[in-house]
Amino acid sequence: MSGTVIVVTSGKGGVGKTTATASIGAALAMMGPSVALIDADIGLRNLDLVLGLEGRIFHNLVDVVDGAVDAHKALIRHKDIKNLSLLPAAQSRDKTAVTPESMKAVADELKSTFDFVIIDCPAGIEQGFKNAVAGAEKAVVVTTPEMSAVRDADRIIGMLEHEGIADPWLIINRIRFDMVKKHDMLDVNDVLEHLKIKLLGVIPDDEAIIVATNKGVPVVVDEKSKAGRAFRDVAARIMGEDVPMAAAAEEEDWFTRIIRWFARARG
Amino acid sequence: MMDFLQRLFGRLEGPSSRDTAKNRLRLVLVQDRATLSPGLMEQLKTDLIEVITRYLDIDESNMRVEFDNSDASVAIVASIPVREVKRSSKAGAR
Repeated sequence: MSGTVIVVTSGKGGVGKTTATASIGAALAMMGPSVALIDADIGLRNLDLVLGLEGRIFHNLVDVVDGAVDAHKALIRHKDIKNLSLLPAAQSRDKTAVTPESMKAVADELKSTFDFVIIDCPAGIEQGFKNAVAGAEKAVVVTTPEMSAVRDADRIIGMLEHEGIADPWLIINRIRFDMVKKHDMLDVNDVLEHLKIKLLGVIPDDEAIIVATNKGVPVVVDEKSKAGRAFRDVAARIMGEDVPMAAAAEEEDWFTRIIRWFARARG
Repeated sequence: MMDFLQRLFGRLEGPSSRDTAKNRLRLVLVQDRATLSPGLMEQLKTDLIEVITRYLDIDESNMRVEFDNSDASVAIVASIPVREVKRSSKAGAR
């Protein structure tokens, strides 16, 4: 078997890379395929927290690269989502502990037994980025509808091309449709017009993400969360399903909301 | 209705922050992409020289080609010192 290695990247920090990695990974695993997540943010690991696995780390990515332990042995299996495993980053080392070659070797090793290997890339365009993308065949670029994030995403798309990863997918995270309607936030189309890559998903800004992270339960487990649903749609699209982008949230003004409220009260 | 009114009055006040962001972003991306590829800039210079020397004798060493982004537009500005204008400036000199 040979799985697909996907890197989740953004350039700018704080746009939701780690949340996206955890959510997409969990959603894919819940659909059936086996998924291994790699936290490539050495020295600043967080993917373990978002997944609620921070108390179970024995080995990490640097141990594997150093040859101290086998990649499969270093994996932590998620307790609730079977099919989902994590290779955590080292917290006491830095990016120089890994090279693009060693990272590729780890990704290659894991893809021999997993359907998907998803790498959480650190922010920035330096060595951490080069390490994280080395073993990847596909890339997901995460941005928010803010100028600085879109600008950095543009830069990253150019760099991915340079690294030989063509046609990255785009996720527009944390969009606020109320602000878009008031013409106070860039719209999905505004962002696409500039970045000109394939849209994989639009994730609404959702407090459920913060609650999910507090609890260490991936947001895709929350049936009611809008962001969770959007991430499940993303996973389905990665699996090749043709899921339409939920434009509903965009159309919903106060009038529609009242009608929906009445409809729900009656039903 | 509120949205409509807000939008109507918003328009009267000037461009929305979204439009401002769109325009600023467009400019900054042109700049970023232009400055990103020095190789492409050299290629452009070489091509320009090839075309211009068909008509004019120029001082290649003092030639300058750069992006100028003032106001609300990006322009490419070339400054090419001319040594001599060729007498028979036929386009088909090649």
